[in-house]
Amino acid sequence: MDGDAARSAPELLRLRGIRKEFPGVVALDGVDFTLRAGEIHSLMGENGAGKSTLIKVLTGVHQPEAGTIELQGRRIRPRSAHDAVALGISTVYQEVNLVPYLTVAENFVLGREPLRRGRIDWREANRRAAEALERLDVCVDPASTLGSHSLAVQQMVAIARALDQNARVLVLDEPTSSLDAREVESLFGVMRRLREEGLGILFVSHFLDQVFAVSDRFTVLRNGRLVGELPAAETTRLRLVSLMLGREVDEQSLSRRPDPAPGAPPMLEVRDLGRRGAVEGVTLEVRPGETVGLAGLLGSGRTEAARLLFGADRPDRGEVRLEGRRVRIRSPRHALRLRFGFCPEDRKSAGIVPSLSVRENIALALQARRGWLRRLSPKRQRELANRFIEALGIATPDAEKAVGTLSGGNQQKVILARWLASEPRFLILDEPTRGIDVGSKAEIERLMADLRRQGLGMLFISSELEEVVRACHRVCVLRDRRQVGSLEGAGVETGEILRTIAGGGDA
Amino acid sequence: MRRSLHPTVWTLLALVLLLAANLALTPGFFHVGVRDGRLYGSLIDVLNHSSPVLLAALGMTLVIATKGVDLSVGSVVAISGAVAALMVTKGQAPLAQVAMVAIGVGLALGAWNGLLVSVLGIQPMVATLVLMVSGRGIAQLLTDGQIITFQDPGLASVAGGSVWGMPNPVMVAAAGLALVAVLARWTAFGTMVEAVGDNERAALLSGVPVRWIKLGAYLVAGVGSAVAGLIVCSFTKAADANNAGLYLELDAILAVVAGGTAMTGGRFTLLGTVVGALILQTLTTTILTKGVPVQWTLVVKAVAVLLVCLLQSEEFRAKVLARRAAA
Repeated sequence: MDGDAARSAPELLRLRGIRKEFPGVVALDGVDFTLRAGEIHSLMGENGAGKSTLIKVLTGVHQPEAGTIELQGRRIRPRSAHDAVALGISTVYQEVNLVPYLTVAENFVLGREPLRRGRIDWREANRRAAEALERLDVCVDPASTLGSHSLAVQQMVAIARALDQNARVLVLDEPTSSLDAREVESLFGVMRRLREEGLGILFVSHFLDQVFAVSDRFTVLRNGRLVGELPAAETTRLRLVSLMLGREVDEQSLSRRPDPAPGAPPMLEVRDLGRRGAVEGVTLEVRPGETVGLAGLLGSGRTEAARLLFGADRPDRGEVRLEGRRVRIRSPRHALRLRFGFCPEDRKSAGIVPSLSVRENIALALQARRGWLRRLSPKRQRELANRFIEALGIATPDAEKAVGTLSGGNQQKVILARWLASEPRFLILDEPTRGIDVGSKAEIERLMADLRRQGLGMLFISSELEEVVRACHRVCVLRDRRQVGSLEGAGVETGEILRTIAGGGDA
Repeated sequence: MRRSLHPTVWTLLALVLLLAANLALTPGFFHVGVRDGRLYGSLIDVLNHSSPVLLAALGMTLVIATKGVDLSVGSVVAISGAVAALMVTKGQAPLAQVAMVAIGVGLALGAWNGLLVSVLGIQPMVATLVLMVSGRGIAQLLTDGQIITFQDPGLASVAGGSVWGMPNPVMVAAAGLALVAVLARWTAFGTMVEAVGDNERAALLSGVPVRWIKLGAYLVAGVGSAVAGLIVCSFTKAADANNAGLYLELDAILAVVAGGTAMTGGRFTLLGTVVGALILQTLTTTILTKGVPVQWTLVVKAVAVLLVCLLQSEEFRAKVLARRAAA
């Protein structure tokens, strides 16, 4: 069955008007999604688009505030993952949700073991597991421990288990992230076969090539909203990427360009920086007062590049020159001493220290640079905190409030303040505007403009291309963990960035 | 917005209640007299006998604040006591020298724990379990499995002597408290400990020397336990490798937790730990003076700590208050 035939196939699963809120954010806002029997349907979107929330609603992990789910015309309300499996909706995650210390067969029958005279019939379990795996062309000893096999095989066991539980809908959430090319191909082979057997497969992957290789249709989400449903055969990569990133080029983004790039010699030169399995070929220059953007889809290696530059991971090739002198950045502490700063993407888990006060959070990096013996006096800490609370407009009753109790936007400003207080000369901002309200976004952009004028070099990472265009003099584009292009001057505009991200010639 | 009260307040309340109960039930509990130029009485007893726990619990507070735990306290006590007893019986070493060596032993053992946790990345409970188990063995090897008794006036004066009428252990514990308080609050060490315990990844990315901070916490715990070991062996004028400091780590953990520092790391309170240690010892002393069978001590302690922890729990207070309001 190919894409055209799938379009006429019966609807298997129908989600209508799904709405899901979390405190402070609307994760899904009236999203529709239709999966037909015998199709592979890719769910596309950047971080925070709502993909995983939608999957969790479908698989019973979250209950939606509004909207309906119909499976083969019957209204369903999965209350838990277990519930969803019983209804015929199975999920296989990137990290296999099975028990590595048990055998393949034990995992296969876990929770529904065949019994004989009140005892588990292991012979029967082994036989069934071997048979089910053979259907997927996987030949392993069912009595071997699951953990002794590659992740690819473990995923096959998880898929076999799902099929054995009469799955009609199979959700594959980033199954290919840890597989090599050959394993991906055999997974795709299995997916195509299952499609022919009439299964509906919901596929999530951030590798564009893979998505185009295997999908019949795409559903694209952005910021919790549905932005389009398209047949794969009639969609170009450029169109898909444009939908994912949003391409409403408004006048503002044309009028608000950064000041011309300063002519000073570069303070930071990066040549072919890379780390196996993380990112390769990062080459860029930053002048004082210049902002360089890193653009690319989620998983393209943007954050990995930033971590290499800040010493959070060690590069295994390439070189970094700071003011002409070669440096090996060994650790974040070392980067801090070189006057680098890094606002990480993952604000909650890597940015804030939630139970410490706004004051302590703001003083943290400066204090770390001074060392533990030379403590900033409480008076200086308060001055520092109050200065940045005012300058950045941090909404907090006072400097002693625990940072964990502030809103996302204000937490982000506190982390920015932490780095500004450390008086950096080079600042890395990884998605500083994600998940914060529009007002705070505008304030952060304004702040970046001020910092540029003060001569700070910055590396700016954002999924929102308009932001990148507004803020950056130069943009490096990454695709599939490799730098594929570099734009500057008039080339820094959304269309050109999109074409470079999409690549692949069909643009 | 209403500010929630500091958790130490509830610990303090528990101590006050306990003392009030004694005021009502135990005649003479608050009597403090002077005998041979030395203060005596139940209150002085409480302070005196809580000093080993307190010395161990100060370092434990820092360790727990980094999201760790140190189970080796009792073993360090035993080793330090054994070393001290050997030095005065075999070598007639002067007290100053004995104290220096004991502190050195504490530093070395603390460094061992810190190394396992911060450099090798072993889980704190497992890492310190190594020394908890092997430390008793080391102490037994040092003493040949014998209880070494001594009459050395220097070492005996650690527990027996007094300064300005206050027993020496109390003065040593007070000095330890002052030192750790200075380290924690007059330098940035305390804030860094809290940052490491609260969000290690964020602390690391902010340039906090996470490994050194953890190592530092275990060093303080090691030294505190070693000094506690001197006091313990001086109380009994003997080094008993099997029983010296037995379960002291658990008392120290209880004192820390009852004091309001959470096992999940982050914010810590040294004052709370002091109050926690005093509660434990007040309970023990109360039981002894009331003539309750000693076997009850552990059970009563456990119940008391449970009550203090429940008092500190906002959820529990909210539930109880809600039920009251409904009734």
